[in-house]
Amino acid sequence: MGAPYVSVAELAERIQDGSLIALPPDYSLVAMAAVRALVRKGVRNLHVLGVPVAGFPADVLIGAGSVAAIETSAVSLGEAGFAPAFTRAATAGTVRVIDATCPAIHTALQAAEKGVPFLPLRGLLGSDVLRHRDDWRVIGNPFAANDPIVLIPAIRPDVALFHARFGDREGNVWVGRRRELATIAHAAHTALVTVEEVRGESLIEDETLAPGTISSVYVGALAHAPRGAWPLGLLDLYPPDEAHLAEYARMARTAEGFASYLARHVLGEPVPA
Amino acid sequence: MELAPPEVQIAAIARLIAGAGHVAVGAASPIPAAAALLERVRSGGRTRVSILHRRRGNPFTEGSRELFDLAGQGRIDVFFLGGAQIDGEANINLVGIGGYPVPKVRFPGSFGSAFMYFSVPRVILYREEHSTRVLVERVDFVSAPGVSAENVHRPGGPVALVTGRCVFVFERVRRRFRLASLHPGHTVDEVIANTGFAFDRPERVPETETLSGEALDLLRGPVAAELAETYPEFARRAFGAGVG
Repeated sequence: MGAPYVSVAELAERIQDGSLIALPPDYSLVAMAAVRALVRKGVRNLHVLGVPVAGFPADVLIGAGSVAAIETSAVSLGEAGFAPAFTRAATAGTVRVIDATCPAIHTALQAAEKGVPFLPLRGLLGSDVLRHRDDWRVIGNPFAANDPIVLIPAIRPDVALFHARFGDREGNVWVGRRRELATIAHAAHTALVTVEEVRGESLIEDETLAPGTISSVYVGALAHAPRGAWPLGLLDLYPPDEAHLAEYARMARTAEGFASYLARHVLGEPVPA
Repeated sequence: MELAPPEVQIAAIARLIAGAGHVAVGAASPIPAAAALLERVRSGGRTRVSILHRRRGNPFTEGSRELFDLAGQGRIDVFFLGGAQIDGEANINLVGIGGYPVPKVRFPGSFGSAFMYFSVPRVILYREEHSTRVLVERVDFVSAPGVSAENVHRPGGPVALVTGRCVFVFERVRRRFRLASLHPGHTVDEVIANTGFAFDRPERVPETETLSGEALDLLRGPVAAELAETYPEFARRAFGAGVG
């Protein structure tokens, strides 16, 4: 018993229009091959949850018109600068932006992991981040006097989509220290995972690999996608393709440039550098 | 020896974090990271430095939430924040200018600021650009407030603001910045003209202490090399050939 291996396109087919989809940050195993497949299939009205921040995949999805709303703590391309499609959509009001702060996203997912409706979080009081969140609450700490504290409701994504260094035959996946991927896999209804490499031996039975492994109990399906994080990096296996990301940042400054990027690198079969 | 502007800012920040037990550095912060790494070397390793985005040997093994959990427990002494706008009460804005939720100008977002500003005892604000565009009377959006009501649990908050022109220290009781030192070549009049908020200042403002001799060699040598692992572009620009 385990999760099935399908093609990257079939994996993308499992994500419905309007889904709440959790994505990791750019430094943490992003399933870029699957994101390109999502754009190719013409997915619409996604709600993207950037855990805890969003970057390149969110920007590509926003530019492609696939996103209705994004909840995250920041959207940026890191050293390549601001996320151009996000910036354009946010100032035009074509995408709903729900601003959070990093630990609030983690807290909401940890509540979902535990199956509880909310968890408390320090900080936030007096910020405009809190003021604009009708879904968050401030209560008095019931265990102390005069101690206001914020409650963050659980977020249960429909899908956690990420890339893993290894997958085994059972559908267990190894992500190493990138434990935010375990959090989103645990919190989501299902995890859809592309894997860099398929291993014959069980990841769960190896004591050194098991602590960095997410059990197939959380995984709906997998796809084998070598260089599946490109142009983002994959742990110590390959670094981000800085030249490609800089080219994207340049091209995506205009809607026309973004369309050329999409035609060249997404809508055709992407060619890893 | 003449120091380049980034080196002066690194020197100023390093002085502010002297003696800290654990310094954490968040997203896109090469100058604070350089200052922290320099302080680690100068302290003989007594100052621990955790760089969130370090590619190899990243200090966090529980994912990106570990930084915040450490801060929430009080295990981080120093953290750095910036601001597209920073105002005279040390409120910071990382979100946007001119309206919300659809602003005229949109920045990436608040990151962890709305939590870290409350949790870390010594938050140092750093923004190279020192202009009335950045240092404003009142921010358009409060990503994180500089001060809080008395009943708000707040072990942390701002202690200083370092810019390309000067160092301000923040006085929480007075809710105001005080000009603490001017970087070499900069003047009080210039700082007043380029600051959108009122601040306190002593009669005579000292010059920011910079680096020389062994400390400068450390910065340009091993610290620059280690910085290049995480910030290759910055290290090339700031420290030139032989790095990265």
